[in-house]
Amino acid sequence: MLKYQRRLIILLMLWLPLGYSNTLYPFSQPKQTAQFNHLLADLRCPVCQNQDLADSNADLAKDLRREVYQLVSEGKSDDDIIRYLTARYGDFILFKPPVKSVTLLLWFGPLLFLGVGLLVFYFTCVRREKHA
Amino acid sequence: MIAELGLFALCWSLVFAMLLVIVPTLGLWYQKPTWCKASGVYVLGQFVFVAIAYLCLTLCFLRNDFTVVYVLTNSSISLPWFYKLCAVWGGHEGSMLLWVAVLSLWMVAVCGLSRGLDDAFRVRVLVVLGGLSVGFLLFLLATSNPFARQFEVLDSVGRDLNPLLQDPGFLFHPPMLYMGYVGFSVAFAFAIAALWMGRVESSWAKWTRPWTLAAWCCLTAGITLGSWWAYRELGWGGWWFWDPVENASFMPWLVGTALIHSLIVSEQRQQFVAWTLLLAICAFSLSLVGTFLVRSGVLTSVHAFAVDPLRGLYILIFLLIVIGGSLVLFALRAHTLQRQDKPDVVSRESALLLNNVFLAVTMLTVLLGTIYPLLIDGLGLGKLSVGAPYFNTLFIILMLPMLLLMGIGVHLRWQRDVLRTVVVRLGWAVILSALLPFVSLMCFDRAMTVPIYAGLALACWVILSTGIALYRRVQRRGLTGLTFAYLGMVIAHLGVAVSVLGITISSGYGIQDDVKMAPGDHIQIAGMHIMFVNEENLTGPNYHGSRTRFDIQDGQRQATIYPEKRVYDVGKMPMTESAIDVTPFRDVYIALGEPLDETAWSIRLYYKPFVRWIWGGGFLILTGGFLALIDRRYYLTRKTHDMVIE
Amino acid sequence: MRHIYWRLIPALFFGVFVIFLWRGLSLNPHALPSTKIGQQLPDFQLSTLDKPSVLSPKTIRGHIALLNVWASWCPACTEEQVFLMQLAHDGLLIYGLNYKDQPIAARQWLQEWGNPYRLIGQDREGRVGIDLGVYGAPETFLIDQQGIIRYRHAGVLNAMVWQNEFVPRIKQLEGHQQRA
Repeated sequence: MLKYQRRLIILLMLWLPLGYSNTLYPFSQPKQTAQFNHLLADLRCPVCQNQDLADSNADLAKDLRREVYQLVSEGKSDDDIIRYLTARYGDFILFKPPVKSVTLLLWFGPLLFLGVGLLVFYFTCVRREKHA
Repeated sequence: MIAELGLFALCWSLVFAMLLVIVPTLGLWYQKPTWCKASGVYVLGQFVFVAIAYLCLTLCFLRNDFTVVYVLTNSSISLPWFYKLCAVWGGHEGSMLLWVAVLSLWMVAVCGLSRGLDDAFRVRVLVVLGGLSVGFLLFLLATSNPFARQFEVLDSVGRDLNPLLQDPGFLFHPPMLYMGYVGFSVAFAFAIAALWMGRVESSWAKWTRPWTLAAWCCLTAGITLGSWWAYRELGWGGWWFWDPVENASFMPWLVGTALIHSLIVSEQRQQFVAWTLLLAICAFSLSLVGTFLVRSGVLTSVHAFAVDPLRGLYILIFLLIVIGGSLVLFALRAHTLQRQDKPDVVSRESALLLNNVFLAVTMLTVLLGTIYPLLIDGLGLGKLSVGAPYFNTLFIILMLPMLLLMGIGVHLRWQRDVLRTVVVRLGWAVILSALLPFVSLMCFDRAMTVPIYAGLALACWVILSTGIALYRRVQRRGLTGLTFAYLGMVIAHLGVAVSVLGITISSGYGIQDDVKMAPGDHIQIAGMHIMFVNEENLTGPNYHGSRTRFDIQDGQRQATIYPEKRVYDVGKMPMTESAIDVTPFRDVYIALGEPLDETAWSIRLYYKPFVRWIWGGGFLILTGGFLALIDRRYYLTRKTHDMVIE
Repeated sequence: MRHIYWRLIPALFFGVFVIFLWRGLSLNPHALPSTKIGQQLPDFQLSTLDKPSVLSPKTIRGHIALLNVWASWCPACTEEQVFLMQLAHDGLLIYGLNYKDQPIAARQWLQEWGNPYRLIGQDREGRVGIDLGVYGAPETFLIDQQGIIRYRHAGVLNAMVWQNEFVPRIKQLEGHQQRA
């Protein structure tokens, strides 16, 4: 490989916080590569439902990767692309559940648990019972 | 013939299990000591017959007896003999038989190794374990008979073991996991026996602890092995996916960790006994819930066995009786336990309690995320996915305070301590931990994000703080003052820090590349030069495919690895055998994707720095637990206990 | 005694948990409900397989119809073909969406298994499939007279599914039409 190409790749790597470089799907800007890769990791393959779109070898996953690639190349935002996909496949395709009324318990439940736990700690170790 | 012998043996083991439940219980009721003593005989009987059944099933595999349905669906003529031994636990029925076998083994161990226990207590423990055995044996015989026969297909070569399972990791991962899951039933039995007796001896925590540690060590080994195996075998370079079945093993582990720490407080200070009992019940309950989730078809999982809602229903009813019953017993009887002074806010007890609070909250979070899709679907509110992004975010948030606490807790004294002295003592450790992460910037060409910094800083904090604690202890009590228990604690905590380092660095500074390469192509990644040398045809004992050769030039070091693409003859499933160049400080991982044209392939390359440290840390945790387990005080005091009674 | 109430909480929590697990036994975690139900067919223009024509939402509008997603590489599609032939014979309008297939293989498959379709659109790339939210073959969509998707069944269409899911909905749609 030419020295110039080698340097370019190292330079590209310095600017990729995720360290991805998917030359099967080339982009003109490294920011788009980052967006592409982080979107694929957050999307569930509807066929091989335990894999994300980046890893799945299913035919549909390849097609959806191509769709996402096209949308990212067109400069669409994360929200646009997610809306495009959920309009067709529902919230099921998102590995990261959206924060909606239905998922409130999911996202704030742990906070609730922590609150209860800290209360238990308080009653056990902090509050002194009033002795006669 | 052998299959029928196995089935016959299973029936006999059920008989012994039932005797174990009924006879000693009546003996306790009518105060007949001989009936109670008979429990030992019944345990042995159950074990012998389960062992016979297990041997029979293994023989069926080795003899390629395809009239046994289970052998037909999990083996083939061309399967190598050592994989046939593992194939015994490759499907649902066989793995349940393994579960029962492991349970019987633990029961024999409890019978033999707990001479120091009060007889009345020990009998109750064995009765509880016998009850669990009855439940599982009935499940096997009623819904999951491994010896079921079929006589339609007589000239088959077998449907073969799933190629993903034909790997050395499969030899160790399930048995270790089961040793852990089932081992928690011993702690469970100890808790139920105590509630049943209506009182908790001051020595209860001491006797429960080694059994809990043993189970916990096995589970740690099982999870670590599973993660390492997934990384090697699955071809995606991942080592933890928050898959429902993985979560099903992680939740008991979290509760088991909390239980160990709670037992320390109960043993040393006789406090939090109620919490310890609840944790003991929870740990095994989560094992059972995990069994349900994997075998009922309720959740989508890579690991799920062939699904059968009828089996799911049986397990659910079993869950209701066992867990529901024990929780109700807990509610009714827990108030009869001893109560002591409350510990101070700043003390080792409170730190351990806070630690357990975080562990419990983490477990509940993982549980919530795992069953949330089921919850929403059950309420008719639609279909959701809860995947790695959710779990990773929340787990990291919860882990950070726990790591912080780990560093402080070891320095606190029992009952009461002053925070200021501890802070002063550790001051320079704090400063060093805040500064050391920046060293990583020199080694890796990548930006350091906040999560990476936090992970590195806290790992350094735990290492430094634990080191200081060790130093101070040696200073105070000399090297002979270092008990195995203390050493175990140090090593286990260091193991956690090492794992955190491994996770942070490999996730934060790792590089992934998906490229198209043909023989002769080369690529630069992370300062290494990788070349696709050639491709050739490949034939194995029960597969064929392509084998490629990659040369890696890393500074002075040169390595060659051979990623393969296999198609298994029987199942016709294509599998990727990824190849890894392993060094202590980094892995280079190459997996073949698909053939793109005449000669080119889509290749996935990973540079994973420090990834081995994740499992190295797991191994350290395991070692620490083991050291704590063999501490002499369990053996020495046992003798004096006997002497006092005489 | 007060403490008993606190200690019952784990048991109660577990009870609720078991109820959801029991519910879960009768659910199917793999099945995806369609997000397109109640919406118009997405816009598409596909060349047809046998006749030199065009398949688009306009073609399908006007009658209650089925849109069946199939392919020659899909083994399960053969299972439902007999039933579909029967439905076509009884007068039901069925349109086909040949999903990610080759025309030669598709024609051969139809010769072997029968052709119940009024028209077959060729979705070579699978783009229309994605717009419809298709995630496997076979799938069958129930379309009403206005071209609105009323139901999607993923999997083989057999008599039981037909009776339980499609017939009541078709009856309802016909009732609406009569009243209109």
